[in-house]
Amino acid sequence: MSGASIGSLHGDSFVAPLEVAYPYSRTVGTALSRFFTSLKEGRLEGTKGSDGRVYFPPAEFDPQTGEQLTEWVTLPETGHVVTWAWQSTPAPDQPLDRPFAWALIALDGADVPLLHAVDAGSIDAMSTGMAVKVRWAAERGNGITDIACFEPVSDVPGGRS
Amino acid sequence: MSEADGIVRLRQPIGVEYSWSAGPNATSHLSGLMNGKLIGKRCPSCTLVYFPPRNGVCPKCAAILAEDVEVGPKGTISTFCVVNVPFLGQKVKIPYVAAQIVLDGADISMQHLIQECEADEVRIGMRVEPVWKDRSEWGPTLESIAHFRPTGEPDAALGSKAGES
Amino acid sequence: MRDVAIVATAQRPSQIGTQLTSVELILPVVAEAVKNAGIQRQDVGFWCHGSCDYMSGQPFSFVAAVDAIGAWPPIVESHVEGDGALALYEAWVKLQTGECDIAVVFANGKTTSGPIDRILTLQADPYFVTPLWPGFDAMAALQARACLDAGVVTEEQMAEVAVRSRRDAKSNAVAHLKGDYTVDELLSGPYTTAPLRAHDCSVPVDGANAVVLAADDVARRLAKRPAWIRGIDHRIDTQRLGARSLTTSDSTRIAAEKAGVGRDKVDVAEIYAPYTHQELLLRSAMGLDATTTAINPSGGALVANPAMAAGLARFVEAAEAVFAGRADRAVAHSTSGPCLQQNLVCVMEGD
Repeated sequence: MSGASIGSLHGDSFVAPLEVAYPYSRTVGTALSRFFTSLKEGRLEGTKGSDGRVYFPPAEFDPQTGEQLTEWVTLPETGHVVTWAWQSTPAPDQPLDRPFAWALIALDGADVPLLHAVDAGSIDAMSTGMAVKVRWAAERGNGITDIACFEPVSDVPGGRS
Repeated sequence: MSEADGIVRLRQPIGVEYSWSAGPNATSHLSGLMNGKLIGKRCPSCTLVYFPPRNGVCPKCAAILAEDVEVGPKGTISTFCVVNVPFLGQKVKIPYVAAQIVLDGADISMQHLIQECEADEVRIGMRVEPVWKDRSEWGPTLESIAHFRPTGEPDAALGSKAGES
Repeated sequence: MRDVAIVATAQRPSQIGTQLTSVELILPVVAEAVKNAGIQRQDVGFWCHGSCDYMSGQPFSFVAAVDAIGAWPPIVESHVEGDGALALYEAWVKLQTGECDIAVVFANGKTTSGPIDRILTLQADPYFVTPLWPGFDAMAALQARACLDAGVVTEEQMAEVAVRSRRDAKSNAVAHLKGDYTVDELLSGPYTTAPLRAHDCSVPVDGANAVVLAADDVARRLAKRPAWIRGIDHRIDTQRLGARSLTTSDSTRIAAEKAGVGRDKVDVAEIYAPYTHQELLLRSAMGLDATTTAINPSGGALVANPAMAAGLARFVEAAEAVFAGRADRAVAHSTSGPCLQQNLVCVMEGD
């Protein structure tokens, strides 16, 4: 180990690069085990709350009553953008390595949206209410990133607003 | 993703890269180690000498350690353990001795390796001295010192004041 | 209930890229706050610290931080992994138990030694959100778009918040970004994370601050005009952005009601809003009228955001307004988490 790699004098202090990394692996419980297994198999499954609202990704417990949610709903690959933001310069580990949109996306039949990326190509292609569909990751079994991102659905005119 | 008894286990590594600063009050200590010198710091309030100087702050007085003090190079073992257990990343052949050493002129102990003697010869009160690595390997780290070895002097009583109130 | 007041404060000018360690950042502000209260370290019955290990880049960094306050002989100390404002809440509770009469709260935030946007994202849902690494700015931008779409805010109003904050910061020594700007000038700038522009996002800085709290007669003895805490409440919304309204802040509204914000006129409100649209949401949720209440006369967190110390900084600024007679009644607010997930509201009054 050379001195240069463990720190050098900047102004009046020694400064060194430091990486803190934790290789966590999480056991996800029964409900999310079902969810992540279905994602791996290419299905989109949410849960229904006591007020009838459908959560995707699933809520494990009812936000109103705290009861465990056991009613599962299979959802389609299409949905619409509830709100969005434009990531002009992607940061490390984000879903896409070119400019893209973040969006809260409600799958058709779901009431509570999920946060994910939309590969729209340009900010001009984004609008609130636009229709999007899931693009699956080539390799699955990695959790929420089994959905690589969403992409605009051009053949659904206008979407919703 | 793996599964056992219907429960999924997901790999979710997280990592963050920082620029880590040792702070200006520890600089003279780290510079010293690049130049073969053992520089501690004296508290202006309680006068204890800290080697290493931690954050450059006296934890008893909450005061900045202002004054540089050259300590050692010899010191006295205040406690030690014999490491017999292999572990990932181990750099030294087992069994070896990790010791707390109070350098002459310092009031707190520092940890280092004891080599050039059998593990069962090491004892509290044993006098030791640093064996520096080749000058080309010196950096702002106690790893500039390869290890400490016995001086052969008679054992010493410990003079640390740091534990007193 | 005991009467508890802030009796002294201290904060250091914000810096970018400080090479001081957390301990070196904390030590002088704690010493100054203790001195300003006219007490000795040994008089302090409880110490409470707010900070975040992920920002320090050092697990259990708060254990080393006690070196900055002198834990000898051993002291009564606690640490909150969050903003110092939450540590102040804990200290207030401690004083209410009657176990001590004087408490010191301190906070430090080194935001510039690591990628702060990524670090703050570690507060998000670990299964569904963090693996995508959206960043705090992007999550705030989703909220801003929802507010713009709903007509709750406009881009002009957001720019007005930035203009006012930077102008007011001119008279604040600890602020970082200050000066005279116009709305048109700011709106001509490019989007950073659209619909947010650079002026909509707070400036991450390194900072530290400290507050001395005291109860009853001790507070009256230590300060000419203590800032009495008349109400304090903390509420949290669901972590899940999609499951709550992004165009209102229910947790803030409830906390403000419980703290009694609306019971009388508020002279000064110090609001921790890391983004311009969030100040507008928070003002509305607390029922504050900008024509009768001075909003963030310090410039607020927008001009200097030492995360984990920025909430406690609002208490420092609000209490100093009471000390100086600029306010008879002041509100301090702190937030944590993405898109205003948690909110703490406190009402302070002078005698």
